[in-house]
Amino acid sequence: MRRYFAGRLLQVVPLLFGISIVVFLVIQAAPGGPEGSLLAAGRFVDPEVIESYRRRLGVDQPIYLQYLNWLGAVVRGDLGHSFATSRPVAEMIVERLPATVELMGTAFLLAAVLAIPLGLLGGLRPQSAIDLAGTGVSFLGIAMPVFWFGLLLQLIFSVKLGWLPVGGTGTVGATSLGDHLLHLVLPGLVLSTRYVAGWSRYFRGSLVGTLRADFVRTARAKGLAERAVVGTHAVRNAMIPLVSIMALNAAELFSGAVITETVFAWPGIGRLFVQAMFARDYPVLMGVLLMGALAVIVFNLVADLLYGFLDPRIRYE
Amino acid sequence: MSRGSGWDRFRRHKAAVASVAVFAALGAACLAAPVLAPYQIDAIDLGNLRAPPSLTHLMGTDDLGRDVFTRMLYGGRISIAIGLLAALVGTGLGALIGATAGFVGRRLDSVLMRFTDVAFAIPTLPLLIVLSGYSEAALISMVTIIGGLSWMATARVVRSEVLTIRAMPYLEAARALGAANVTMIRRHALPNAMGPLIVAATLAVGNAIVIESSLSFLGLGVQPPTPTWGNMLMDSQSTMASKPWLTIFPGAAILLVVLAINFIGDGLRDSFDPRHHGG
Repeated sequence: MRRYFAGRLLQVVPLLFGISIVVFLVIQAAPGGPEGSLLAAGRFVDPEVIESYRRRLGVDQPIYLQYLNWLGAVVRGDLGHSFATSRPVAEMIVERLPATVELMGTAFLLAAVLAIPLGLLGGLRPQSAIDLAGTGVSFLGIAMPVFWFGLLLQLIFSVKLGWLPVGGTGTVGATSLGDHLLHLVLPGLVLSTRYVAGWSRYFRGSLVGTLRADFVRTARAKGLAERAVVGTHAVRNAMIPLVSIMALNAAELFSGAVITETVFAWPGIGRLFVQAMFARDYPVLMGVLLMGALAVIVFNLVADLLYGFLDPRIRYE
Repeated sequence: MSRGSGWDRFRRHKAAVASVAVFAALGAACLAAPVLAPYQIDAIDLGNLRAPPSLTHLMGTDDLGRDVFTRMLYGGRISIAIGLLAALVGTGLGALIGATAGFVGRRLDSVLMRFTDVAFAIPTLPLLIVLSGYSEAALISMVTIIGGLSWMATARVVRSEVLTIRAMPYLEAARALGAANVTMIRRHALPNAMGPLIVAATLAVGNAIVIESSLSFLGLGVQPPTPTWGNMLMDSQSTMASKPWLTIFPGAAILLVVLAINFIGDGLRDSFDPRHHGG
């Protein structure tokens, strides 16, 4: 197993290399080039930022040299400076990370609480009324445009009923934890929709498959109570793929909450990204894209590790 | 599995069959927009700004006094066209890349698959946001961008399908008889990969419609005055509380169409994907 993961880690290096090329080219493709937006009409940018960016990109140099210089800086942990604020991009991302982690954590918690019973009920009685209802709910969750669902919830719970705040992380002046948690409810719920839909379908499918497995028939044949068959044998095994899907979804930390954070004015990475997009703040866009890709790679590995850890039958060669 | 038995299974899938009817009806209505629409697409009725639904304006009017029903029909054409075309582009690219990688093998296979890994790792939505920010945000650029970023899963599925099939004796026979790679892909591999391919393409249609609406929400989708369900939703944001019909109709249309597409995809998967077993 150790050898397998050492091999996987080695594969990550060329993968990251490829990603850096694509991200670099995407930003190079910006109309007028990445530094073009710096000189866009009427905005003030610290001349030092322009100078450092030009130096790093070496605008006069051939493109492969520009890339290598940039890559060299990135490898040393220097994601460059924001055009808009002149601050280091890495610092800006790290600053926004806690808000997104908090929102994602809330969404994951909600999703697990909703999806597991939903998948369980459906998987135990396939094609029953409750299974079809669960399928309907999860399809609805997939089909609903995220921002529209968010706006609807704001309309109902904030505007009409006045129970929950419209957005932000806290009421101005209020510092209590309760106030902050109230602000988490709607964005957390909206962000969880997709995961509820995906996870409940996934868990249902996995449970249906597991209940047909030989070891479940054996457990029944040896006279175990149905409760024990389902609870200890089937459900626990059916959870394994679900856990690894959760780990894969966790990689969306840098990208999954873009729309939700925008709807609810949540000051996380997604919102930083959208703001940077409109400000044409390319160093920030590059930084978030790179970190997002890195997260996907890391959580892919985590999912594999978890799989091997939870299911001892899996042997990585 | 014979072709007929798959369609028979599909016909028994009630939700999927109903969804085909819903999707066909909505699609036909949008296609017939020039005939069905009671008003000109951009006819402005200044005496009737933001009017609620009534007999003269079935779905009310918008901020500029344009008939919402008319714009829903025309907007649906663009939204559904984006969905269908982006799915076609994405699935076509995926099939091409996957089949090439699987059949040619060796160096090309690893190059293409490493490229697929790279494309998979870069978060799609942020990349979509950046690229649509560059573009004119018209129908063609939306289709290119959304389709161009949604081929990866298809490529992997088709490749593994091709690898499985390639190892089978009947293909060895075909090769021995002198069939060229292209012929083998077309005549043997693709028909076998068709099940998963159709399912992936169907689900991609719904996905693309939702993505266009998300991009519209950020102001990066197809630009007004051309209506799409996505940008109609965006326009209605600020008046959501006081003029709910402006947001409910386009939102419900997206929901209905994507829901129908997903049920169709689910039915197709149960009927045609040999590895997948529903309940």
